[in-house]
Amino acid sequence: MIVVRQKPVEEICSMVARHRNVLLVGCNTCAAVALAGGEKEVDTLIELLKLTMRRKGETTEFSGCVLQRQCEPEFIEHLDDRVYDAILSLGCGAGVALLSESADKPVYPALDTLFIGASQGFASWRAECSACGKCVLGQTAGICPVTRCAKGILNGPCGGVNNGQCELGDRPCAWVEIYDRLETLERPEDFKEIIQPKDNSVKTTYNKLDLSGEGGAR
Amino acid sequence: MSLRDAFESGRFVVTSEVGPPKGTDVAEMLETAELLRGRVDALNVTDNQAAVMRLCTLAACVHLVNAGHEPVYQVTCRDRNRLAIQSDILGAASFGIANVLALTGDHVVVGDHPEAKAVFDLESVQLLEVIETLTKGTDFAGKELHGTPELYVGAVVTPDAVPVKPQLAKFEKKIEAGARYFQTQAVYDPESFKSFMELARHFDVKVLAGIVVLRSARMASFMNRNIPGITVPDALIAELEASEDPTRTGIEIAARFINDVRDVCDGVHIMAVGAEHLVPEVLEAAGLAQEVSA
Repeated sequence: MIVVRQKPVEEICSMVARHRNVLLVGCNTCAAVALAGGEKEVDTLIELLKLTMRRKGETTEFSGCVLQRQCEPEFIEHLDDRVYDAILSLGCGAGVALLSESADKPVYPALDTLFIGASQGFASWRAECSACGKCVLGQTAGICPVTRCAKGILNGPCGGVNNGQCELGDRPCAWVEIYDRLETLERPEDFKEIIQPKDNSVKTTYNKLDLSGEGGAR
Repeated sequence: MSLRDAFESGRFVVTSEVGPPKGTDVAEMLETAELLRGRVDALNVTDNQAAVMRLCTLAACVHLVNAGHEPVYQVTCRDRNRLAIQSDILGAASFGIANVLALTGDHVVVGDHPEAKAVFDLESVQLLEVIETLTKGTDFAGKELHGTPELYVGAVVTPDAVPVKPQLAKFEKKIEAGARYFQTQAVYDPESFKSFMELARHFDVKVLAGIVVLRSARMASFMNRNIPGITVPDALIAELEASEDPTRTGIEIAARFINDVRDVCDGVHIMAVGAEHLVPEVLEAAGLAQEVSA
């Protein structure tokens, strides 16, 4: 899923302060699961914004709704935003982008989009994929070095490994984990294969994906 | 004499390092180099060491070459992509800089521009492959070079990394990728270093033991706490603590270590970390104060 986090309220206020009537739009897919874009978070943010703006002497009005998915046109085409002069999206960057395309008014992001991640238990996620376009997980025992190694090293731990931890101190060393898992899987020889530098051109090729046969990258 | 020739002559090789200045004034760097002239076989030039922005390594190497020194051009992957790295290495070679040390590089977040974009388009193993490609007359995209660089390529290894097995497996990958010699992270335990050398001796590579001269018990404890891959044994810390002249004791510790490992490795790389004036004293104490021809 796409993991998101709400921006500081002050930052959100500074974006919407110039507007009279703002519609908060949640997203019931990833952002809701990430506890940042569901109905409850929309309601909470409305109350928080009202309180903050009132304290600043501003009279901006806030209302809210939640779409099933902001990144698909069929879910946003029935959004009735006529009475509002701005939209505040509680979706990921893709949601903000698609809403902006269809709305005839400014759309602001209430969230920062952080990473593609997986759940680590209640209210906890870890980055697992960087959408690099050339998956190496088959060679790295399912642990992504592009994402989980701070330097994105593809061929083993750097000299900064510290009792199995990354020298940055915020995570285990991905390469120690890869090495250990390859041993557990009785495939230690996989480590020896030199992984070549990334083909970064795929990031340019796949700026879009169109399987409809009407053009674009396949 | 080039670093390669020094290794091939079979004698005990000594290298050290200098750091480029933060700014344009290279006088102090050249003074430090002067202090080491004739005493070391080559001088490493660090590359925005610890991710702290400084004058570029290539320019510093050119200053050293012009002054008649033998530099080792440290190349990290943190700040430049594969185009920039290749063109800089060709540039270095065009100035007669032959020694290149391939490193991944410290992460930007530990340095003085923590908000910078960390590049890491390549990392050390891949960088070694890229360099190997250049020395065979083509660039990494397979295009022929007009003038092929002759390079002597080194890499680093941390023999006391915890855990050590993946580190040693990577050491082998670096050899496969073209590293001809290694300099190690600072090592203090001769027995532990000797067991690393038993493994290293299975390969046709030269190894320089890394030396950081301890100047106090506090410095030693600090390194144990803060520098991954460095373990100063408690006995050495106690020795420094009991000493009335810790700097002298640190020099003796370094000299003793050098003599302990002299027969198992090909030389030492002394990282002075701001105390280059101690390097000649270490060499003297270790009986390595012979004149090396430049």
